[in-house]
Amino acid sequence: MANKPKVATCSLAGCFGCHMSLLDIDDRILKLVELVEFDRSPINDIKRIEGRCAIGIIEGGCCTEDNVHVLEHFREHCDVLVSTGDCATMGGIPALRNTIPLRECLEEAYLKGPSVYNPSGRLPGDPEIPLMLDKVYPCHEVVKIDYHLPGCPPSADAIWETLVALLSGKPLSLPYGLIKYD
Amino acid sequence: MSAQDAAKLSFTIDGKEVKAEPGQTILQAAALAGIYIPHLCAMKGLSPWGSCRVCTVLVNGKPQAACTMPVAEGMIVENDTAELKDLRSSIVEMLFVEGNHFCMFCEKSGNCELQAMGYRLGMLQPRHDYMFPTRQVDASHPDVMLDHNRCILCARCIRASKELDGKNVFQFIHRGAHKRIGVDAAGGAGGTNLAVTDKAAEACPVGCIVKKRVGFAVPIGQRLYDTKPIGSHIEAGRAAKE
Repeated sequence: MANKPKVATCSLAGCFGCHMSLLDIDDRILKLVELVEFDRSPINDIKRIEGRCAIGIIEGGCCTEDNVHVLEHFREHCDVLVSTGDCATMGGIPALRNTIPLRECLEEAYLKGPSVYNPSGRLPGDPEIPLMLDKVYPCHEVVKIDYHLPGCPPSADAIWETLVALLSGKPLSLPYGLIKYD
Repeated sequence: MSAQDAAKLSFTIDGKEVKAEPGQTILQAAALAGIYIPHLCAMKGLSPWGSCRVCTVLVNGKPQAACTMPVAEGMIVENDTAELKDLRSSIVEMLFVEGNHFCMFCEKSGNCELQAMGYRLGMLQPRHDYMFPTRQVDASHPDVMLDHNRCILCARCIRASKELDGKNVFQFIHRGAHKRIGVDAAGGAGGTNLAVTDKAAEACPVGCIVKKRVGFAVPIGQRLYDTKPIGSHIEAGRAAKE
């Protein structure tokens, strides 16, 4: 079927747990493959979105410049963006650094930490490494996000219900027990 | 009609007639009638406080805190409306962005009234930007930990300590955005006469005041609000009557 809607996914400052939860829909993944075609995703290792996507699933918040660029790329090429998981919706575990100045974080990691071996005494500054942002930002503070799915991770059922509702054009209403922040 | 019924005054909540004793608050009368009005700073057994405003209802069209407003004959109370639900959600959302509420590793998750309120009101995302304030953790007490990151300034610990424990362990310090819970000792909670058996150690609706070494006695997924919304026990009372 050539006209299947496309879905793209990415993991920004996340742990891939939300992608694991997506795979946790078990045999429903066969139905999903009938319903959609996957564009850029860590699942198929395509790096850039190739066609117009109906749905973009965003895991993780924005921790680096590269995260922002990927998120903007998704916003540009997807009709609907779904912030999936606590990192995307509120920053999550990476946002624990938000109460500590960035320089202090880097110095602890690369200079002062008890197990650090760094004879050069320098902080990483290679142009290949994406620049870190001053804070970790939830995705909706960077681009417009259409739907939010909290949870660490959101359950497979919550992800499935969301995808089915979006693909069938029905209003999204998650029953009690599928909205979780933990 | 018995003499007792005659003594009661009568008013309506969402069109349903409710009998109440003079001197009761709307929140108390509603709970006895099996009607749940969402609330956070109000707690059974403590004096009404009226600071969180989650229990806001319309009384004859005017917003009032149900936990402090006394009942009156013939008053018309609106509780379960889309507008009030949105207002309550906006308050809960502000509480979420104002502190550092990391539910994914908080030991109170599933038993937390703030989180449960978010679940009940269907909050998927706060409409405000997160503030990520710098707050302190006080682990100086041998049996109780204070994590100010999670405090919502409901004053339940202050009232429980004073009114139920006969102590004065907690008090507000500073003002405005800097307001926080202080303890009655320079070196932190460890220097106070707070005991782990105190009501104040149990009064916290969130994970700010938690008992040490029991945090995960009940696994995540089997906790108070994991399967049933907050307020279910009050609504079950109404179902039993009807």
